[in-house]
Amino acid sequence: MAIRERLSGNEAVAYAIKQINPDVMPAFPITPSTEIPQYVATYIANGEIDTEFIHVESEHSAMSATIGASAAGARALTATSSCGMALMWEELYVAASDRLPIVLALVNRALSGPININADHSDSMGARDSGWIQIYAESNQEVYDNFIQAFPIAENANVHLPVMVCQDGFITSHGVENILLVEDEKVKAFVGEYEPEHYLLNPNEKMAVGPYAVSNYYMETKRAQREAMIAAKQVILDVAKKFEEMTGRKYAFFEEYRMEDAEYAVVIIGSAAGTCKAAIEHIRNTTGKKVGLVKIRVFRPFPEEEIAKALSKVKAIAIMDRSEMFSATGGPLGAEVRAALYQAKCNAEVVNYLYGLGGRDITTDDFETVYANLEKMAQTHEPIGMYEYIGLRTEQAKEAE
Amino acid sequence: MKDTVEIRWHGRGGQGAKTAALLLADVAFKTGKYVQGFPEYGPERMGAPITAYNRISSEPITVHSNIYEPDYVVVVDESLLESIDVTKGLSKDGAVIINSEHTKEELLPMLHGYEGKVYTVDAKAISIKALGKNYPNSPMLAATVAVSKVMDHDAFLNEMKASFEHKFAKKPEVIDGNMQALEMALNEV
Repeated sequence: MAIRERLSGNEAVAYAIKQINPDVMPAFPITPSTEIPQYVATYIANGEIDTEFIHVESEHSAMSATIGASAAGARALTATSSCGMALMWEELYVAASDRLPIVLALVNRALSGPININADHSDSMGARDSGWIQIYAESNQEVYDNFIQAFPIAENANVHLPVMVCQDGFITSHGVENILLVEDEKVKAFVGEYEPEHYLLNPNEKMAVGPYAVSNYYMETKRAQREAMIAAKQVILDVAKKFEEMTGRKYAFFEEYRMEDAEYAVVIIGSAAGTCKAAIEHIRNTTGKKVGLVKIRVFRPFPEEEIAKALSKVKAIAIMDRSEMFSATGGPLGAEVRAALYQAKCNAEVVNYLYGLGGRDITTDDFETVYANLEKMAQTHEPIGMYEYIGLRTEQAKEAE
Repeated sequence: MKDTVEIRWHGRGGQGAKTAALLLADVAFKTGKYVQGFPEYGPERMGAPITAYNRISSEPITVHSNIYEPDYVVVVDESLLESIDVTKGLSKDGAVIINSEHTKEELLPMLHGYEGKVYTVDAKAISIKALGKNYPNSPMLAATVAVSKVMDHDAFLNEMKASFEHKFAKKPEVIDGNMQALEMALNEV
């Protein structure tokens, strides 16, 4: 029987860490992820787990120490947000290219400036090319469930890649919601003991990690990382299947919500998907309009063909980004979903919305506006723009609506 | 009762409005409900206006936005009435609950023509009488339960007693005072 609880997203991740009892956790505090190492430190102080907590002087050191521990053969993880992740930048690439199965609890927060502590995907979206698997959550339940699945994905012999488990700063990290926890022994059995195949502290196998590799090896290394990303797709699905057998909760690359007959679809990542679901129920109940949602869970590897297939029957699509990339054409999710649709020769009308930057709230009313715009676009075949804003405070935005 | 009851808390940093919202989520959870309790984070400093929210429902809640059209508004610090339109978006069928020693008639001019019910509770006086100190959030929590009827009084008091017994395991002498503060607020509002 699952354990009925109410926890914040940070508490849920810390609880999963306690159940997993990893070997090493180096961490440096930064809002809004600070509570995660704080709770874990309490578990350690209370003797509930024997994880070695390393107090470091910066996030650069936090990821460096995590890499060192992981390369030595330990199950290692850390937590951070925003500028903390920015300070880890160099090490993110090192962790991925060294093929270390590290898990990072990322609480998404806007990058400076202006200095802002609220939810925004600019931190993890900026790291989308670093070689990490990225898994996002709508709710506290999902971030907990994703965290339990992270090590089995990362440590799989066909993968050996680090995994970022992302949740929206404050919205889920500090919001208390109902959650169903899995029993300790089941989590332990699911995640299993970590038995690294190759590790520095193995006296029988001398090896180097992270050596110099000039032009005669670098390209093959990158190709090997790509192969691992491709292999990760099946492993992510296999682990999800096993998780479903344990809990009854179903996970995949993305969730299709009311998509079976949908004519108008939103594609979105994170906590706002829950608000979108409420809007969908309201629109369907009051108008009968066929609206649906594709909520991205796995952004790296990017499930290109699967997303295009899920959207193949709709008339108009709004791809919604919670981060800028200043290409001056759209956001990162918009660019990648558009590319997927182009490859699939999709003829639907597409608009890319930027929303929620720096924690700007998005409501069910906003989603009703989005769906109304999609209906208009499908009728006139005139795109409302390559990319537009939802929730922006300008006259221009009012006209666009 | 509506499917989902939405509550907005106004207080000042350090007064426990956020804690009260989380406590309400806690006790409602224990009576079997689906709950959300979340603060709106801005510049955090003692005395700055803060907002916190609750959704309480018998069905799972997926919405993750702030609450703009609440059923109930709780004002933990009445000095906020001068700077914030606390009843903004508040349902006419709902109510505003204000921590004040003033009467409802005295407060009405500051409520921007709000047409719904107005309740006052002197949480400071209750807290000082029951606990000897000004901790307004417990009496305001009780007043909110009484007005919103999100759970019955006995269930609320039982859950709060268990919670206090856990929280104050090393200071059992304050449990009775806290329980008394809750009961006084339930009766006064």
